[in-house]
Amino acid sequence: MTDFPEIWSYLSRGPLLWLTATLAAYTLGDACFRAANRAPIVNPVLIAVALLAVMLHFSATPYATYFEGAQFVHFLLGPATICLALPLSDNLPRVRKAALPLLAALLAGSLTAVVSALAIAKALGVTGEVLASLAPKSTTAPVAIGISQAIGGSPTLTAVLVILTGITGAVVATPLLNLLRIKDWRARGFATGVAAHGIGTARAFQVHPTAGAFAGLGMGLNAVLTALIAPLILELFR
Amino acid sequence: MIHALLAILACQLIGEASTRALALPLPGPVLGMILMVIALQASARLREILRPIAQAILGHMSLLFVPAGVGVVGHFAALGGQAGALAAAIIGSTVLAITVGAACFVAVANWTGNADD
Repeated sequence: MTDFPEIWSYLSRGPLLWLTATLAAYTLGDACFRAANRAPIVNPVLIAVALLAVMLHFSATPYATYFEGAQFVHFLLGPATICLALPLSDNLPRVRKAALPLLAALLAGSLTAVVSALAIAKALGVTGEVLASLAPKSTTAPVAIGISQAIGGSPTLTAVLVILTGITGAVVATPLLNLLRIKDWRARGFATGVAAHGIGTARAFQVHPTAGAFAGLGMGLNAVLTALIAPLILELFR
Repeated sequence: MIHALLAILACQLIGEASTRALALPLPGPVLGMILMVIALQASARLREILRPIAQAILGHMSLLFVPAGVGVVGHFAALGGQAGALAAAIIGSTVLAITVGAACFVAVANWTGNADD
């Protein structure tokens, strides 16, 4: 019989182990989410990330090794964005009909996200590169990183802030919108997509298909709008 | 299945190539999504080919953020001594943006007589 270190060294070289671990951690996170009656605070992404981070830490596995397996899951982010076209296409008549409310909510939500983040951070003493890294945090990661580089931010820090924003949005959206007594699924989904990009959109799909469709739209539109306004707003806070 | 995958990847590829070639300020997959909407509007058959795979992927879209999330954990140090201020900015601005965005949608929808069906 081959001993454990030998099996481990074989497995840790290929993508199989960490791909399986990623799916297993998410399955467990999702089971917890369902067991907790789909309470938003029991976020499956958060649970999976925490489990995997602990596993990597105790097995002294570098992130690069983990990512060799996890990249297959990560790659699907692109195709998933393309797939958002289907709910959008199904809902296109409703989107056309709601053009004005959508435009108003996009402008208001996007401006609020950038201005309030910069105002709060600056009031608490954040300046320079860190402030620039924060400006695009409500948009989807590839766009946010591009904006951050263009305005003198740190891409790594922006990536961290983008993910944290998404998880925050996914956790707070449902209780917050219930508290505000907003029942329109279009409004709920769209505002969540604008404020919390793909992670907010993923959450919206868990709640209601209409919310998911409008969240995907909000994410896409805000990627474009933030690229235009973030550099201008940042100037006001320099 | 293969046809659906081909359509998805082709849209993404065209999106990635065009956004880079034209230096557009949006990610390739978002342009790919716009192209796919146009294609889906043109072809009801494509909608039905795409439906099973799109529902499978979108139903578990959260999973796709796990690898990036794990990467973030290793970079918490990048937050430095400003972790508290950044956390306040993220939580505060996300709550405000969702509130203002959703309230604005509802207000304008009511004002323009645009209730949902």
